Amino acid sequence: MRKYETAVSRARGLGSAKNGFHHWWHQRLTAVVLVPLMMWLGIGLALQAGADFESARAWVANPFNATLLVAAIIMLFYHGALGVQVVIEDYVHLEGLKWLGNLAVYFACFLVAVAGILAVIQIVLGG
Amino acid sequence: MAEFRLPANSRIRKGYTYRAPDAEKSENIRRIRVYRYDPEGGATPRMDTYEIDADSAGPMVLDALIKIKDEVDPTLTFRRSCREGICGSCAMNIDGTNTLACTKGMDEIKGDVKVYPLPHMDVIKDLVPDLNHFYAQYASLEPWIKTETPTPPDRERLQSKEEREALDGLYECILCACCSTSCPSYWWNGDRYLGPAALLQAYRWVADSRDEGTGERLDDLNDSFKLYRCHTIMNCTATCPKGLNPGKAIGAIKRLIAERET
Repeated sequence: MRKYETAVSRARGLGSAKNGFHHWWHQRLTAVVLVPLMMWLGIGLALQAGADFESARAWVANPFNATLLVAAIIMLFYHGALGVQVVIEDYVHLEGLKWLGNLAVYFACFLVAVAGILAVIQIVLGG
Repeated sequence: MAEFRLPANSRIRKGYTYRAPDAEKSENIRRIRVYRYDPEGGATPRMDTYEIDADSAGPMVLDALIKIKDEVDPTLTFRRSCREGICGSCAMNIDGTNTLACTKGMDEIKGDVKVYPLPHMDVIKDLVPDLNHFYAQYASLEPWIKTETPTPPDRERLQSKEEREALDGLYECILCACCSTSCPSYWWNGDRYLGPAALLQAYRWVADSRDEGTGERLDDLNDSFKLYRCHTIMNCTATCPKGLNPGKAIGAIKRLIAERET
């Protein structure tokens, strides 16, 4: 189809969404929060190296560890979903596929985060 | 379906070689390899090689191109005007970097001088890219002063020395498009992402103490595609032939929006 749309009309497109900030800001906030959380998780898991099942279980069941673990799961998967969304928006140019891809990423991250949190709760409650 | 080969018009074939007429008399023969493409001709792009006596040409790459067009091949097409780095017309990819042919010295390049048009733009002919969308994006910023307060009848709109200094590093931009066409985000999403050149220009107006439209300007920039496609890759700053820092200007826009939102 021949298009008579002007260059400026094409450049302006649908105009500004006026809300790009929050995605960008949440990505940065979660990144900063994840720095100490991931350091704590790495050290905590390293200290459990070679420990038996009961010792590892007791480590997760500790209220302090369980709290930080749930926080880490939420932050990690939120941050991950935000990041993969950027990759999809960068490289996928079919509107439908982009929309589906983002939906799948957010759903998968949400699902895995819920599963992780439930697992921690189950251990804390001694189930 | 996924495409695993470049489109036909992105595959470059071997072109013609033009030997220097008086090669044996010269001690300084340089090989200039130039991208040639005429979309209306039907043939795919080719790389032509021109051997020239660099001692009989001016010192810059643009001088060599002008010598080729004058003496060897008048069909070679490129934009040029001021030949002193202020008009931005002769922006092209030389020796792997976007720069201005008129300020890039032949002696800065070792071996063959490879010249391509600015990357990832439609080619009109040879080294002339289609910059319509790039200019339209600039126009969409409304790059002029916006005020409510009328101009004082007896004098200019005044600025302090410090307020004027806030525009240093911004007003020097000549819109040559070297930065935007070096930016991967602009390559993949240039239809919506404004790119480093337009964003530096946008910040030039945001930073201007005389402008009263700062809020509306930030409203328009606060968009996942217009602004936040910038992933601080910094090719823009590395390639700018005027030594400017569009990456820093984009960071400053993001900081102002954050200041307003938090």
